[in-house]
Amino acid sequence: MRQRVRFTRRVSVLAVIAIVAFTAMSCTPGTTVTHKSAPPVPTITGVTETEPFTLTIWDQESGQVGRIWDQLNTEFEQKYPNVTVKRVNRDFGELKTLLKLAISGPHPPDIVEANQGWPDMGQLVKAGLLLPLDNYAEAYGWDQRVSENVLAVSRWTPDGTQFGTGSLFGYTTMGEIVGVYYNKTILEELGLSLPTTFAEFEQALATAKQAGEIPIEFANSDGFCGIHEFGTIQDQTAPVTYLTDLIFGLNDLSFDTPENIQAATIIQDWVNKGYFMPGFGGAGYDDSVNLFAKGEGLFMITGNWIVQNLGADSTGFGFFLMPPMQAGGIAVATGGAGFPLSIAAGSEHPDAAAAYIDWMTSDHAAEMLVPTGQIPLATGVTTSVPSGTVLSDVINAAATASDNNAIVPYEDWATPTFYSTLVAAIQELMAFRITPQEFVSQIEEDYSKFQSSRV
Amino acid sequence: MQQEPEIAAAVAVGSRRKGRRKPEFLPGESRRIGYLYVAPAFIIYAAFNLFQLGQGVNISFYEWDGLTPGTWVGLANYREFFTEPAIRETYIHVLELMVFYALAPIAIGLSLAVMLSRIRIRGLTFFRMLLFLPMVITDIVTAVAWTWIYATGGGVAGHPEGPLATVLKALGLGRLVPADGWLGNFHTALPAVGVFGMWGGFGFSLILFLAGIMKIPSSLYEAARVDGANVWHELRAVTLPGLRYELQVVLVLSVIGTLGTFDEIYVLTQGGPGTETSVPAWQIWSRLFNTGQVGSAAALGLIMMVIVFAVTYALNRLMERGASD
Repeated sequence: MRQRVRFTRRVSVLAVIAIVAFTAMSCTPGTTVTHKSAPPVPTITGVTETEPFTLTIWDQESGQVGRIWDQLNTEFEQKYPNVTVKRVNRDFGELKTLLKLAISGPHPPDIVEANQGWPDMGQLVKAGLLLPLDNYAEAYGWDQRVSENVLAVSRWTPDGTQFGTGSLFGYTTMGEIVGVYYNKTILEELGLSLPTTFAEFEQALATAKQAGEIPIEFANSDGFCGIHEFGTIQDQTAPVTYLTDLIFGLNDLSFDTPENIQAATIIQDWVNKGYFMPGFGGAGYDDSVNLFAKGEGLFMITGNWIVQNLGADSTGFGFFLMPPMQAGGIAVATGGAGFPLSIAAGSEHPDAAAAYIDWMTSDHAAEMLVPTGQIPLATGVTTSVPSGTVLSDVINAAATASDNNAIVPYEDWATPTFYSTLVAAIQELMAFRITPQEFVSQIEEDYSKFQSSRV
Repeated sequence: MQQEPEIAAAVAVGSRRKGRRKPEFLPGESRRIGYLYVAPAFIIYAAFNLFQLGQGVNISFYEWDGLTPGTWVGLANYREFFTEPAIRETYIHVLELMVFYALAPIAIGLSLAVMLSRIRIRGLTFFRMLLFLPMVITDIVTAVAWTWIYATGGGVAGHPEGPLATVLKALGLGRLVPADGWLGNFHTALPAVGVFGMWGGFGFSLILFLAGIMKIPSSLYEAARVDGANVWHELRAVTLPGLRYELQVVLVLSVIGTLGTFDEIYVLTQGGPGTETSVPAWQIWSRLFNTGQVGSAAALGLIMMVIVFAVTYALNRLMERGASD
């Protein structure tokens, strides 16, 4: 009897293995990719369909911006009464994880707000899930409204193998810029003027530290803010063309360069000298923004998106671009295009979706969005921002950087895994777990691995 | 017609057997019809578990981003397990967590159970409930509370400071408070996650041990006392052998639970600072959803499954061998 039990047990184990093995032998995962070509230039712009239908949009806008989007959607529905706009709102992290599943499913959204770069938009283009927008851009004159560098970060070759050139897959007229906010009261108390060189900036940090102020308000438990601190220094140590080519994956560049080591050394030096908020490793980004808004810290290095937290018409804060190494040099900043809107390849109403994108990027939309701290990129947008406010500082700084062609795209777009790699490496660098040389080697390993897999 | 007597004989044999009341099958002996009873459950299990397991095995041989067709890479994803320090490190972290998730809860649960079973206090049920409470509340909720407990605010006036830092400072132990908070400091982040898990886990072992102790006949304790045994002797000679099965259950479940640690990492640290609290399940999730390495995630998931099986089997064999000694 014992033997019989053993026998049946063996049979059942084999049956289970057989089922697993049978399914395991099935074919290659992933469906065959077809890259749709750009829909023809519509003869009439705007929504031409007359039947009632729904446009579904997946976006990541919250707070004031989110409320303005709702308002713009309502206005769009009034303009075209047969259209219903359905908004699916997810935060940045959720959208990263859910969008790929949603857009590759049987009922994809019509319009998606995917982040640029290899981790997000690049994956979708490669899989043929987004429509090329070139003909819509021509019909609506999108390419005439913003500069080429804004469009370039949404350009991909149709097969998704090259970033920065080729067809247009997303469009926005809203910009972003990362720079230095300063507390005017503290700056005045310390008897400092606005720094015009990197050395003067470091001098201001030393003065603030000596006076017992927190030189840089900064918290890095979320990780992304560290990328912006490092990037802002790196923008001054490394040339613009190098940084842009690195992100687009051109010219076989390496991350292991003396300029990048120099930037890593500077950031460690600042940690050593106590220039960053004490306890930054364990504090959250949102808390640091609130503390800065309440008056703590002389500087804060981050993007235009905190303008709404400081109050767009606030005169207590100012904003400047991180000054260049050499006096009279050009200040380079990270930023450029904001989140673009794209049309899903599976959308049943691509023409209407294009009309919607045109509406959301119109001058009218820009005028409503600017007071939230968004930067208008389209030529000819007239906004009445009172001078002396933090918002006007941000908008002017962005315009200067744009005029000087001194805007570098976000570094974490460079490979599908770059965001995670940078976050971890910068945290380790700032805790002195690794040396600047180890830091650049660690990042170079990710970078070269991806670049060699691409060709 | 000639055969009739033989048939009759056969029938007679059969009936004689029946007469002796020897059934064809002993109760509990396996019969083919058993498969029919098992079938509904098995079909559902196969459809929702085995099929996916097979798919997972299939995917693990490819380099796949989850969208475009994958590229066959053979065993390369499995090789990564042995060659990538980022993966090896997750298992080292999980071993460290074992101390907090498996060993410590057993030690604490056992000592509390012994105490609670020996002393008679009013409202014992209430205290038992209180000690079991962390086990009942969802990890996600308690983890959010613990991020606050662990906050130190960097010692800057006006920054949110958690009660742990406040108490330590009040006791004059301010130098023990890391500036980056326990979760932001490279040396303390993993133990901090561990302490959180320990707090959540000891209630489970406590309840099992309490129930187990009640099952031990009090005559054994009386006999031990007559022989002049002290608390320690009692524990070794009576309580521990009596709790063998409870120990086995707690150990196996907590070890499996540790290997699958994910919720608290997601809420407390996101694997950081750096990769200091990266554990296997976190690494799998991150590869699957953050970095689009679906094939690698599948391979790591299967390796983890094999490890869990092996550890469970080894633990059970170990405990059973201990029992037969």
